[in-house]
Amino acid sequence: MTPGSIRPEPILPAAIRPEPLLEVQGVGKTYGSVRALAGVSASVGAGEVLCVLGDNGAGKSTFIKILSGTHQHSEGTLLAFGVERRFAHPREALDLGIAAVYQDLAVVPLMPVWRNFFLGSEVTRGRGPLRRLDVASMRATTKHELGRMGIDLRDVDRPIGTLSGGERQSVAIARAVYFGAKVVILDEPTSALGVKQAGVVLSYIARARDRGLGVVFITHNPHHAYPVGDRFLLLQRGTSMGDFAKSEITIEEMTALMAGGAELEALAHELERP
Amino acid sequence: MTVAVGAGIDERKKRAHPLLTLVRRPEIGALVAALAIFLFFSVSTQAFLTPAGISTWLYSASLFGIMAVAVALLMIGGEFDLSAGAMTGTTGLIVGVVTTQWGLNIWLALVLALAVALSIGAGNAWVVMKTGLPSFIVTLATFFILQGCNLALTKLITGSVAIQGMGAVSGFDQVKVFFGSSFPLLGMDVKISIVWWIALTALATWVLLRTRPGNWIFAVGGQVTSSRQVGVPVFKVKLGLFMTTAGAGWLVGMLQLFDVSTVQATTGVGQEFIYIICAVVGGCLLTGGYGSAIGAALGALIYGMTLQGIVFAQWDNNWLKAFLGGMLLLAVLVNLLVRRQSGVRA
Repeated sequence: MTPGSIRPEPILPAAIRPEPLLEVQGVGKTYGSVRALAGVSASVGAGEVLCVLGDNGAGKSTFIKILSGTHQHSEGTLLAFGVERRFAHPREALDLGIAAVYQDLAVVPLMPVWRNFFLGSEVTRGRGPLRRLDVASMRATTKHELGRMGIDLRDVDRPIGTLSGGERQSVAIARAVYFGAKVVILDEPTSALGVKQAGVVLSYIARARDRGLGVVFITHNPHHAYPVGDRFLLLQRGTSMGDFAKSEITIEEMTALMAGGAELEALAHELERP
Repeated sequence: MTVAVGAGIDERKKRAHPLLTLVRRPEIGALVAALAIFLFFSVSTQAFLTPAGISTWLYSASLFGIMAVAVALLMIGGEFDLSAGAMTGTTGLIVGVVTTQWGLNIWLALVLALAVALSIGAGNAWVVMKTGLPSFIVTLATFFILQGCNLALTKLITGSVAIQGMGAVSGFDQVKVFFGSSFPLLGMDVKISIVWWIALTALATWVLLRTRPGNWIFAVGGQVTSSRQVGVPVFKVKLGLFMTTAGAGWLVGMLQLFDVSTVQATTGVGQEFIYIICAVVGGCLLTGGYGSAIGAALGALIYGMTLQGIVFAQWDNNWLKAFLGGMLLLAVLVNLLVRRQSGVRA
């Protein structure tokens, strides 16, 4: 950041980009004889948003499965906090602070928001047979943590299933952050949402970024990615079409690239009125 | 920006009516029904509200209640156990056979029966979890196996279909203190099973609402994949639930055996559905993830009161089954309504 500038450049020059928290160099994955992903390089640093864009079948899911430890990469290297890693289990990635928030959000709809927030990592007090849930502190923490993400819930006792899609998504992000995530990987968090709800989620992504987290944001919608992203990784049929900084690409170029440029042009000709 | 968005959500939220919040408690429907039935039989029969009458229907409710509470926990965890009824017979028969026929120490016999029950429960859990088959079908198989063994083995060993002469076994009176005794209270003759019932309902409620395993029970029943993703030990929770239900079957088996000092080979058969009905009347969803132990206890209270109330009113007791069916249908409809009202999106 150059001192004196009114607004920091959205994209920092390569020299002063933050140290990457998570980095892949030429990773690929083959399932049997199917090559799902090949030669992808990208990185995300603290306070950065890496958007991964691509059409259906472009390899986005394979990419996040490698990052989150669900699948192992079959080629290339993966560096987490500067150390080469090969995750055998999502738990290993989670223990390092790399948390994936999947589309199903891992919530239990009928359970209250606060119980969902702490599910699997409940806070207890007392010992032995008297060991019990610290309900008051979990309620308060949930309310506070959601507040920090800009989510104002009057009643954290509501079943989480009664929240809107955007709110649920945001609770899942807040939960990942609270439990020590330094990198959050969001799998299509906006794809099932309306325009307004998607806006809500995007603003929470910006919040997480401002709190110094690395965010990997998977989407197929350039209009969702462009406003919030710092870097853009474009995938097509399992290969990378490039890793661009925001200054290097416009939203029109991105859309054209994603749709397969030439193909879209041909389609435009076809659709023209005679 | 976020502030504006937050305000935007808030103004769309309708404040929940306090009454609606109350109605959302799973056990409210059962409480209202229990009160209504209590008032009805109190007014319409002479014997219902006498100390002797109260002791009778409370005892009746307690045996169903212990099982209903265990079955409710299991149902909240998303599973069924149709072998729960036959289990009360199996455990009673084991104790009866090994003490009267083979002269085993009565305390050892109790431990042996408990060990067998817990193993069967664990077996149910293991098959359900390893195969992914519905517990409804797996425990239906267990039910028929137990029912068959209860009859065949009892006949094979004793030559009859009932165990007699338990009272003559040494140590019977010591054990009876825990399982078959009673004490006077306010003119009533309170059976010890009522104490077990109340204590277990309280314990189950505490576990469900205030401990980690309780949280996990709701979670595995509500959304098992999510639970796994956040690190809930799904297998252990379900194993514990099946074993708890089997253990409750053992307890009820003992309570019946030491109360009347005899046990039939057909004991418990056909009662497994009554436990499920009590749990559903008490607010448990058949799909899991929602319900309450107190609700199930109230469901059993309704059943006990009706069972004895019909006798006191000198009606044909076949009406009980019709009543039970009506009650179940009503409860399921109320549950459906409540679930819709609370606006949960699956």
